[in-house]
Amino acid sequence: MYRYVLKRLAQYVPVLIGVSVIAFLLVHVLSGDPVRTMLGTGATEEQVEHVRTQLGLNAPLHVRYLSWLAGVLGGDFGRSIMSGESVSSLILTTLPRTLWLAFGAAVLSIGIGIPAGVVSAVHRYSKWDYGATLLAFGGISIPNFFLGIVLILLFAEHLAWLPSGGYVSPLADPVEGFRRLILPWIALGTALASIVMRMMRSSLLEVMNDQYIETATAKGLTRDLIRNKHAIANALIPTVTIVGLNVGYLLGGAIVIEEIFAIPGFGQLTLNAVLNRDFVVLQGVLLVTAFLFTSVNFIVDLVYAYLDPRITYE
Amino acid sequence: MTADPSITSNGESEAKHSPSEPLLSVDGLSVQFQSLDGPIEAVSDIDIRINRGETLGLVGESGSGKSVTARSILRLLDSSASLDGRIHFDDTDLLALDEAELRPIRGNRISMIFQDAGAALNPVLTVGDQVSETIRMHQDIPGEGISGVERNALTSLLRPTDWPKRFEESWARTIELFDRVGIPEPDRRAFEYPHEYSGGMRQRAMIAMALSCRPELLIADEPTTALDVTIEAGILDLIEELQAEFGTAVLFITHDMGVINEVADRVVVMYAGRIVETGPTRELFEHPKHPYTEALLDSVPTLDGTESLDPLSGNVPDPQNRPSGCPFRDRCPEANAACDGRFPPAYGVHPEDEPATVSERGSTTVPEPRRDGSDHATRCVLYGDVDVLQHEPGLSGSSTAEPEGDK
Repeated sequence: MYRYVLKRLAQYVPVLIGVSVIAFLLVHVLSGDPVRTMLGTGATEEQVEHVRTQLGLNAPLHVRYLSWLAGVLGGDFGRSIMSGESVSSLILTTLPRTLWLAFGAAVLSIGIGIPAGVVSAVHRYSKWDYGATLLAFGGISIPNFFLGIVLILLFAEHLAWLPSGGYVSPLADPVEGFRRLILPWIALGTALASIVMRMMRSSLLEVMNDQYIETATAKGLTRDLIRNKHAIANALIPTVTIVGLNVGYLLGGAIVIEEIFAIPGFGQLTLNAVLNRDFVVLQGVLLVTAFLFTSVNFIVDLVYAYLDPRITYE
Repeated sequence: MTADPSITSNGESEAKHSPSEPLLSVDGLSVQFQSLDGPIEAVSDIDIRINRGETLGLVGESGSGKSVTARSILRLLDSSASLDGRIHFDDTDLLALDEAELRPIRGNRISMIFQDAGAALNPVLTVGDQVSETIRMHQDIPGEGISGVERNALTSLLRPTDWPKRFEESWARTIELFDRVGIPEPDRRAFEYPHEYSGGMRQRAMIAMALSCRPELLIADEPTTALDVTIEAGILDLIEELQAEFGTAVLFITHDMGVINEVADRVVVMYAGRIVETGPTRELFEHPKHPYTEALLDSVPTLDGTESLDPLSGNVPDPQNRPSGCPFRDRCPEANAACDGRFPPAYGVHPEDEPATVSERGSTTVPEPRRDGSDHATRCVLYGDVDVLQHEPGLSGSSTAEPEGDK
């Protein structure tokens, strides 16, 4: 087990190196001239050239890459060319907000999607099943930004039950923190909850046709025991895969949701870096995003191996 | 294995059994499945009797309805199946029971093992857990029933490894069973998952599970079909040994006549959802009366190669368009006009009976049964009214068939 974790962590290295190269190249090849964006249209050639040299932009690409990489390895992601703030401190401030948002939405969608899927499968073709299925199709079809706006209009404007946005750390002030996160969680998590529900339903129905369920019935076990002990654990295996694939979607969706709910998170940091062509921030953001994705996959693999004993930590 | 009172009591009841009171009797069982194209009758008019302690072989090609018949007994078919007829198990009408009433019978008094033990064992539970939960379900061991923790989906996901050990008595019995069915190092292997077992070991574990409550009837649905021949022999021996020890009756389903010959006391031959012939194994093998049984026996290779194989051409008719009359007539070398009528009743036969063609009898109607009391019966028009036929000269020597073959 520990060896497996170490081995998986070692696999991070080539992945992250690859991502860092691509991030670096993308940012420098594709984005417009950051210096001209910085200085505005009124800047003279001389001023531009001066700033370019200051930022080290005149050095060859590989030299720039290596010096950036050396900084990153030392925990220094550079400084924002717009605000001059340290990129690592920007990331450390904004990332926890996005993680609260994304993982809260993930927990919500799993917490709702899996039980709803089980109920739907167990009471197949009942009013519960039809109701859950209808909601799920609605949840998949409504874009999260639209849902977010509707939620704000309804719960913040009209009913005035919850704040319309902003962020307070749930660690600092749990009540206010959660009050502000509830609507973003729903807006972001609804689609995933719907996917999880549909997946859990179909996967449980499929498992109920498996031979070992017939064995369990032939053994005289009760329906409850067959479902809860024999079927659900097996049905979760494909569901976990779907959740893992979609946690990435949550991180992407967070950008939009943060914008709507005015959460100054990692998504907004990314968005502003792109808009301002703040390549130093963008490089750091891309690298951290890659790290997050790899970590989520790693966690999913661990859960997967836990659920399915046929998968060994080798 | 330690002498358990239940073994001897079972053994005694086996000795005491009277042939008039079978352990299981299936009468006129028909099973229909609802499909989009209308109902499909998977099996029709099945009569089966199994006495205590005996082994009944149920043989037939794929699609002949063997498995449907077996699953009907334990009521394992899904809700699209409707069952007609009577299934009596030791004075209980199994078809009249609801789920809750069936449960104390399933796995306890009647248990079942399946063809593919790899698929029949739950991949995410340890083999020991799967065996011991059967014991805990049915044997009232104080403090070792199925716990609420186990019934709860959330806690059962946590799969605490000390679970089995908390139920000392049932776990000890599980280990003992593992040892009895020949699983090496049972203490360790009980904690392993099915994928860590070989095919033969999995089937041994299934047998341990099925026999854990010393059932009166074991339904074995092609238990050795998926196994190597060398492993097959071991599994067959094990089933026979445990059967003798526990006094369990066995309904042994297979398409392999060789296996039937080895294990069965009596044989039921099924074709296209119908029973076509029944009889004591030895007699049926030496004097098959139904052309289908003959064909099955002809397709078994012999060691010395003196008999050439005579495989049957064609396929089992599609259950949705079964022909009227005898379902075998399209493939039957002896088929004649009378076979198109209704499916014949069971004709009691004796080993020396010879078949006759109905055309020679000058009639195209299906003859009425005779000698109902016989152990050996066939549902082929060729054996209707044989008494009369054989007394007329020229018929017994007809070229139709020599049921005894080269034996």
